[in-house]
Amino acid sequence: MAIYLDSNSKIIVQGMTGAEGMKHTQRMLAGGSNIVGGVNPRKAGETVTVDGKDLPVFGSVADAMRETGANVSVIFVPPAFAKAAIVEAIDAEIPLAVAITEGIPVHDSAAAWAYNVEKGLKTRLIGPNCPGIISPEQSNAGITPSNITGKGPIGLVSKSGTLTYQMMFELRDIGFSTAIGIGGDPVIGTTHIDALEAFQNDPETKAIVLIGEIGGDSEEKAADYISKHVTKPVVAYVAGFTAPEGKTMGHAGAIVSGSAGTAQAKKEAFEAVGVKVGKTPSETANLMREIVAKL
Amino acid sequence: MDLFEYQARDLFEAYGVPVLQGAIADTPEQAEAAAAKIGGTVVVKAQVKTGGRGKAGGVKVAHSPQEAREKAEQILGLDIKGHVVKRVMIAQGASIDKEYYFSVLLDRSNRTFLSLCSVEGGVEIEQLAVERPEALAKIPISAVSGIDKAKAVEIARAAKFDESLVDKVADVFVKLYQVFEKEDATLVEVNPLVLTTEGDIVALDGKVTLDENAEFRHEREAMERDSLDPLEAKAKELDLNYVKLDGQVGIIGNGAGLVMSTLDVVAYAGENHGNVKPANFLDIGGGASAEVMAAGLDVILNDPQVKSVFVNVFGGITACDAVANGIVGALNTLGDRASKPLVVRLDGNNVEEGRKILADFNHPLVSLADTMDGGADAAAELANR
Repeated sequence: MAIYLDSNSKIIVQGMTGAEGMKHTQRMLAGGSNIVGGVNPRKAGETVTVDGKDLPVFGSVADAMRETGANVSVIFVPPAFAKAAIVEAIDAEIPLAVAITEGIPVHDSAAAWAYNVEKGLKTRLIGPNCPGIISPEQSNAGITPSNITGKGPIGLVSKSGTLTYQMMFELRDIGFSTAIGIGGDPVIGTTHIDALEAFQNDPETKAIVLIGEIGGDSEEKAADYISKHVTKPVVAYVAGFTAPEGKTMGHAGAIVSGSAGTAQAKKEAFEAVGVKVGKTPSETANLMREIVAKL
Repeated sequence: MDLFEYQARDLFEAYGVPVLQGAIADTPEQAEAAAAKIGGTVVVKAQVKTGGRGKAGGVKVAHSPQEAREKAEQILGLDIKGHVVKRVMIAQGASIDKEYYFSVLLDRSNRTFLSLCSVEGGVEIEQLAVERPEALAKIPISAVSGIDKAKAVEIARAAKFDESLVDKVADVFVKLYQVFEKEDATLVEVNPLVLTTEGDIVALDGKVTLDENAEFRHEREAMERDSLDPLEAKAKELDLNYVKLDGQVGIIGNGAGLVMSTLDVVAYAGENHGNVKPANFLDIGGGASAEVMAAGLDVILNDPQVKSVFVNVFGGITACDAVANGIVGALNTLGDRASKPLVVRLDGNNVEEGRKILADFNHPLVSLADTMDGGADAAAELANR
């Protein structure tokens, strides 16, 4: 078991024939993911050979699903075309769409999300502006390095890509059921809460690491959700204590506005519900190590 | 990106939102000329991106061009909460009967848009929301269907506008939503929206925030931007994701989350080393080529406050040997300009090769750290020497 993505996942790549798409298709294949094809309307019917594997290119997500039985799409389409790509995935009702693209206008993300809601949320959207999701030794849909660590009892949900890698590296001796990067944009599909719920229901996941950062109120909502619905142990890490007010720190959503969205408020929200918060990624990893030792 | 009031006013005008005449002035002479052109009573308004301008003396009424010149003299150069006034707007005076509030904004928490509206305008909206929440209508707006006339009427009625005004204000709301949607704004706020004694609805003061991610699809005329810190301006020219802070330890890392975390870890380490703090945020992203590393190091080493530099990279997509080559290339390029100690922590993809490259390089200013916390401590210690 794992959440959202496992060894049965059949992955297509929207934007596979672009530079980023090709590079990461190759990396995902090398990491053991079952990539079954790509989507590019202008190259439909062609075949792309990646590391000796022939991958068919389809004209649409719907065609790719019909021909290959794909149930996951990873989206590497540039910002200007990303909304159309996400909407296409939603229209095809693919169960999981992972939007890696950074720099999508927030009106586009909001419109895509509203469209997904109107269509009855048949597609789980992860991202945009995220590293994707990896269930080690099973499948990898996104740009997370496949070789950091193996399978284990920890579930990880994070707003940041490199902090995801850092945390997987810190806890590489223990391993992960699934690590999911939900993305640093103001409007994203899957939230901290969605991942917490899934990890709570996943028998393989025994404990959860949650990584947040300044901006928005996703962490505060997650703390409230944990206090009501999560019985598995959770430790948290929040980045951005030293971030000044009103400055965007790399991620479009990482901004403290007035007194809203501070790291301190998020830390206090977690501690108020009994979730320990590490001061550094290493300290957070050690808190998790103590928990795992008692499992 | 927040706009100045006059920029918001011009956008409103372009979309047919009723506004009064307004002109910008950078000198008292220009203010006098603008006031003469507009005629009658005018308001001289400081153009700064912060609230509380009125209380700080940044908004003054003038009854003649001569008086406008005097008021502009008083306001230009004023420091309002750290923002020095370089420009004023000369706005046509209005005789106000009633003041209202309207905004449409991105509601992150609910992943949708939201309209806020009240017939009690002219006050701080955060204050109204706390003290008299019943006076503030909050209407969720679909990012697909937006604010059409029917939705605008719903907003006006929810805000308890007099029925005789509903149609008139609703037309203005529809136009304000056009600004929000077509300009890729994350906030369009009018406070106050006024009813004049002549019975007209006018947007008297506006605040607009635009989404920088959407700039690729807008052809805007060169717009006045905030004056940047010189190092930030240089970083922007080099296309670096850099924010200047007020500390002594320069920071370079990859990925926004890891860099934010690095700043925090350095600040904690600094508690044991004379309270040194991070000097900047700099995310060199996935590539981390020698060119990007050199550009980043160049900006950081030009910061006179910087005493040491911490390079913290987790090689995910990037290979550590490429990062190490980047550092070697950067130091060779910079030559004597590289004058401050560098602590480098590498982990992840090809870490052994990366560490070996730096060990072989054997540069007197470069030391390697095994962990992120250890590297932060070493860099803080060096900055405190």
